[in-house]
Amino acid sequence: MRRLLWPVVVLVLLLALNVFFSPGFFSIQVRDGHLYGSLIDILRFGAPLILVSLGMTLVIATGGIDLSVGSVVAISGALACLQISQGASLFTAVALALGLSLVLGAWNGFLVAGIGIQPIIATLILMVAGRGLAQLITDGQIITVNSPAYKVIGGGYWLTVPFGILIVLAVLAVTAFLTRRLALGMLIESVGGNAEASRLAGIRARGIIIMVYAFAALCAGVAGLMISSNVSSADGNNAGLWIELDAILAVVIGGTALSGGRFSLGGTVLGALIIQTLTTTIYSIGVPPETTLLFKALVVTAVCLIQSPSFRAKALRRRGRAAVPGPASEEKVRVSL
Amino acid sequence: MDVPVPVLTMRGIGKQFPGVKALDGVDLRLLPGEVHALMGENGAGKSTLIKVLTGVHPADAGTIELAGAPVAFGSPLEAQQAGISTVYQEVNLCTNLSVAENILLGREPRRWGRIDWKRMRARAGELLSRLELSLDVSAPLSTYSLAIQQMVAIARAIDVDARVLILDEPTSSLDADEVLQLFRVMRRLKEEGIAILFVSHFLDQVYEISDRMTILRNGRLVGEFMTERLPQVELVAKMIGQELAALERLHGEAKVFDRPLIEARGLGRAGAIEPFSLTVHEGEVVGLAGLLGSGRTEIARLLFGADHAGTGEITVSGSPASLRTPRAAMTHKIAFCSENRKEDGLIPDLTVRENIILALQATRGWTRPVPREQQDELVGRYIKALKISPPNPEHLVRNLSGGNQQKVVLARWLILEPRLLILDEPTRGIDVGAKTEIQRLVAELSDGGVAVLFISAELEEVLRLSHKVEVLRDRRLVAELPNDEALTSDVLMETIASGGRAE
Repeated sequence: MRRLLWPVVVLVLLLALNVFFSPGFFSIQVRDGHLYGSLIDILRFGAPLILVSLGMTLVIATGGIDLSVGSVVAISGALACLQISQGASLFTAVALALGLSLVLGAWNGFLVAGIGIQPIIATLILMVAGRGLAQLITDGQIITVNSPAYKVIGGGYWLTVPFGILIVLAVLAVTAFLTRRLALGMLIESVGGNAEASRLAGIRARGIIIMVYAFAALCAGVAGLMISSNVSSADGNNAGLWIELDAILAVVIGGTALSGGRFSLGGTVLGALIIQTLTTTIYSIGVPPETTLLFKALVVTAVCLIQSPSFRAKALRRRGRAAVPGPASEEKVRVSL
Repeated sequence: MDVPVPVLTMRGIGKQFPGVKALDGVDLRLLPGEVHALMGENGAGKSTLIKVLTGVHPADAGTIELAGAPVAFGSPLEAQQAGISTVYQEVNLCTNLSVAENILLGREPRRWGRIDWKRMRARAGELLSRLELSLDVSAPLSTYSLAIQQMVAIARAIDVDARVLILDEPTSSLDADEVLQLFRVMRRLKEEGIAILFVSHFLDQVYEISDRMTILRNGRLVGEFMTERLPQVELVAKMIGQELAALERLHGEAKVFDRPLIEARGLGRAGAIEPFSLTVHEGEVVGLAGLLGSGRTEIARLLFGADHAGTGEITVSGSPASLRTPRAAMTHKIAFCSENRKEDGLIPDLTVRENIILALQATRGWTRPVPREQQDELVGRYIKALKISPPNPEHLVRNLSGGNQQKVVLARWLILEPRLLILDEPTRGIDVGAKTEIQRLVAELSDGGVAVLFISAELEEVLRLSHKVEVLRDRRLVAELPNDEALTSDVLMETIASGGRAE
């Protein structure tokens, strides 16, 4: 659990910073039978990011990366809204959107594991083409829907708790079950840790990789439903824009190395919460929102540099040999945030 | 005949890596106009010596003199500028650039700061004509064969007024004609007075091209010899190290093997191993003997499905089997502990427990996890049986010593209860205690009816354990010898050296 220490510290610091600017930050109230408060908002608005990051965690653990999740978010939302606006039932709309997401994810996995294209290129194809697909579905327009049932997914409540948070908890539980109670997690870590050794141990890496990309796209599909439901409209251009960047960042902050291998679902959730809190913080302390992207980019840069062993060696050499690699690098993350 | 002055002299070279003495008091001298072979088994220190010479690693002890003046190179570039050029086994060129660009990369003739293409092509053509080659120097390198690419690498190496040319296993990926072409070039350079240091695992080639050789073993100098005065069998003995201690064979009484488990007929793979036939019976330990690169590992990989066979067929227990993937081999209860446990065996980030149950879990698929109690029971049993230390199943396997890592890989396969266990150098680089434990285990498995294919560079070990020994040389299976009283390490060495001709 030691490796979750620094993400926890960062999150606590960010939250504390908020209390400093708005003293009522930690208060949670029940209004009209619904939970209200800044912390609840962070969870509620962070829900899509947490979902996408969970899928991304497994992809990164196999040594891959998925740039197309943002496009899948847009496609899923667009298809669901289109169906509902054409009078389809909620169930049909959701099933079609998630089904298409799974197919798109399996396509990514096929490109990576079946054909052997580098993950970053394979998913770049769908990242670019997917936006076009989403616009094709919406016919270039923003589709607005008026369906109270659909609105529940992203904006509703159940037993006073925002529905999105419940979805996240359910997906997290399923993911944890598949990876930690069943053997999927170990096989993923094995493939990501040493692909050739895994092959010689008889692991069918191809199936696992396709499954992992399909799962990442499914998570993105659910996130897409949430986002479009929350605003009751589908925007093929802007829904889920740059969410892949946030998700990768969340995974990395959560302690899963981009090189693959060991992954931490708890760390990823923390990482996603840190990013959502960072966004909230920037709003609440009055920094213009245009700079949030810049901030995040800086953090990604710092994290990637710290991940690089050669950079670490150089930085350490400059500081002298006394510095210990672990704490020194994590200190840097905090500074950049 | 008076002895010419050496162009390069290395004396008393020592090099220490953490935990390993890679070189200890090694001397090497190169005479102008000779091909000097550097011989030794894997891990003998050949590549370390080359790296010390070319400035990749600094030497801890000893002196290097080039043309009588002491030198110490800080980088391969400095060594090259002083006239020591190296061509590595893997061609280090950019196949997407043209031949001329490759030859003169970083030293392009310039005019007004711009590359003078005309002069560049002319210069490249000149260098190639020194090697009696005429190529279209503006064509991309990728349009030429590997052998030509090797020549281009050599042309690049001799551009800088090379006095010493180091060829590190230049022939390992060349076919016979290409080797002849390379040797023609080497002889021509030799006539020009360049000293060539030649590293190769192919004994025939060494005898064909080299004038003199230096032999290393375990980081120490065995000696310098004139090639023509050193018979091949003595060379092999010097490389392997002859321990004439009485051989204790672990298998006392002669057993009769009449139930063939695996039969390979005409199995082969182009560029890896020439077609061979091999039968392994139940309970039989078959040793594979031969020098490094002779095709030992290639046979193992074909039998496990790690590589695809180009020709031939395999039958398992009498029925034809297709071993196209490791998984297919595993369904026939074939297990393979690879030679390279770091790259092909362990998952360093996983724990001892996870590494041990990995293959078992792979056969069950991800939906049926091995129950935790069963995992703990199996892992506990093998940690105890193989004396894995520290005996903590949750320890990360990367933190274990080499011998214990090897035992973890062994345990992974033993819990599958294989019928054929292929062990590729299972005792290399591990301490004596672990070594005898693994040897004893092999004997026990064999008594229990498990067939074992045992690969080791140590002939003593092969003789101790095997019921029969397959001898390999230059990627050919040259002989099958029953392990009886008549078979000694001398006979084995003789067979390796002669290529089975002296049967």
